[in-house]
Amino acid sequence: MTNHQALTKYLFRLGDNALILAQRLGELVANGPELEEELATANFALDYLGQARMFYARACELEGAGRDEDEIAFLRGEREFENFLLVEQPNGHFGDTIVRQVLFDSFYILQLEALAACSDPGTAEIAARAQKEIQYHLRHAAHWLVRLGDGTQESHARVADSLQNFWRYTGELFDGDGIDDLMHSAFDGPDLQRIAGTWHDNVGKILQQATLQMPEDQWMDGGGREGRHTEPFGYLLAEMQYMQRAFPGASW
Amino acid sequence: MSNKEWPLYEVFIRSRAGLSHRHAGSVHAADAQMALDHARDVYTRRNEGVSIWVVRSSEIIASDPAESSAFFEPAADKIYRHPTFYEIPDGVENL
Amino acid sequence: MYTQGLDQKGEDAGRTAETAERLAAFQARIDAEEKIEAKDWMPDAYRRTLVRQISQHAHSEIIGMQPEGNWLTRAPSLRRKAILLAKVQDEAGHGLYLYSAAETLGTSRGQMVDDLLSGKAKYSSIFNYPTLTWADIGAIGWLVDGAAIMNQIPLCRCSYGPYARAMVRVCKEESFHQRQGFEIMLSLSRGSEEQKAMAQDALNRWWWPSLMMFGPGDSDSKHSAQSMAWKIKRFTNDELRQKFVDVTVPQAEFLGIRVPDDELEFDAESGHYKFGEIDWQEFFDVLAGNGPCNRQRLQKRQRAHNDGEWVREAARAYAEKQRRKAAA
Repeated sequence: MTNHQALTKYLFRLGDNALILAQRLGELVANGPELEEELATANFALDYLGQARMFYARACELEGAGRDEDEIAFLRGEREFENFLLVEQPNGHFGDTIVRQVLFDSFYILQLEALAACSDPGTAEIAARAQKEIQYHLRHAAHWLVRLGDGTQESHARVADSLQNFWRYTGELFDGDGIDDLMHSAFDGPDLQRIAGTWHDNVGKILQQATLQMPEDQWMDGGGREGRHTEPFGYLLAEMQYMQRAFPGASW
Repeated sequence: MSNKEWPLYEVFIRSRAGLSHRHAGSVHAADAQMALDHARDVYTRRNEGVSIWVVRSSEIIASDPAESSAFFEPAADKIYRHPTFYEIPDGVENL
Repeated sequence: MYTQGLDQKGEDAGRTAETAERLAAFQARIDAEEKIEAKDWMPDAYRRTLVRQISQHAHSEIIGMQPEGNWLTRAPSLRRKAILLAKVQDEAGHGLYLYSAAETLGTSRGQMVDDLLSGKAKYSSIFNYPTLTWADIGAIGWLVDGAAIMNQIPLCRCSYGPYARAMVRVCKEESFHQRQGFEIMLSLSRGSEEQKAMAQDALNRWWWPSLMMFGPGDSDSKHSAQSMAWKIKRFTNDELRQKFVDVTVPQAEFLGIRVPDDELEFDAESGHYKFGEIDWQEFFDVLAGNGPCNRQRLQKRQRAHNDGEWVREAARAYAEKQRRKAAA
């Protein structure tokens, strides 16, 4: 694989993570615990969606095959999406959503930070923009996790449970493949080993403030990078892609 | 439910550097941090702000409209406080 | 419009404690186009009418998120998805601005939400119709937001300051809502036969409910006169409805779709379109709770409210702990 191909693929993956998370958060519209939170959730979904579109646009440009963002989003099959399993997990209750956000954004912010300093200017520029958005997301979600963890007995039990449920999807964040290696060596991109340490420290601090226990080492699921997903993902795609599949070639 | 409602905060936004904060509306929030987040998410979706203040609505002390004539009308006839009160002869500049 | 329910209920003016002198002074302020502010003296009926009108308007924004939210996860392109998400989010924001304005009159948002969920408070009948195809998202933007704007622009000059200011913000933000809807309809009308049929079907289903949004005809609308005198309302229901028909019919012609009204014709003499009789029975049925989606809309809101209780409770408990810690 050439460096160029690795970079292209890497950008598609970034786009996939952002798009799938945007799709999940989009499901939450009109479902928030309070109106102000619904606005916040929609803001986050819009940010991820915007990021996905930028990453896809850049990836399509590098690929040079004449594909556009909608072909990428709506006409690929389940095995062609290479997002992390974590972002495709169903929303569950508000605590689940918050835990998923904290775990993913704590990783994503470090990934973006490294990418903002990488040697591909196009990628660096998008990453720098996204970084600011995710900083706010993380701050918001972390505050919420602290409130829920250190709130009532019920809220504590609920988020402790969410944490257990999602923990198994955090292993693959750091379990890079050849593309991650090339991104690091050829483009000065993220060093996953180092990020893993920082992630653990940062997440640990949030959990401590939230009076939550860091889950013990356990079996980790994985496969997102190879397009091997969890069952709910097929339904997410079926819903998201319905129009483009039902009316091939139409423009909207 | 109403008694368990999150408290109300008034939101003030500075739209750009150099301008004063201006009242934008209110949000409900359980704590000050949340009030700031909510104010940001509700009132600055279109790039309307560079700084936000939030303050518990119950902490605001307002003048009483019933006293407004005693409060404000006495200032109305002090016309000598305004520069237009004074006569400047033609030909005198920089005054 | 978003407050059709207002035109329904009989209202006791409740003027017992209000001297004629005070009422006259109040009316004089209104007549002089002075804005009334939250802490100013106002007649009880003025306050009550406003709380009802503003909260119904807010409820309409909030319930109005649902029919469009129904297509968020299925929007046909990423661009459309982003636009729709931003629009639905704006509606939540507008609901908030309006609750915020109503709260200045001394009614808590919790109370207003309780009234919505218990069915005591009304919201616009239009949001009780289902969105069955993507074209419905176009039709809502074009027709429903078009009708809403017509009603809302005069409200920017409403006599109650906080309401007027909230409406200025709402109108500014909503200016893209109708355009995006028309753009969706335009894409459909330039598309395949299937897409054109989808657009026509949406117009067929949304046209009459859109006309009903303006509320009962002037002869049946009891409170118009008082609301006009108080400058809470600036045009009558029928005036606004006529204006809506006049601007919308040529747009439908441009799109090449037919307004589903056999009696529709342009009257050169008056310069207005004449249109057929509205099915008021349907309107009153929907308003009374018997529309296709009334139950689902309220149930969904109730579910979100119930599901959020432990979250709101947790946040309160955490804030209380922090307060105690800070005090210690």
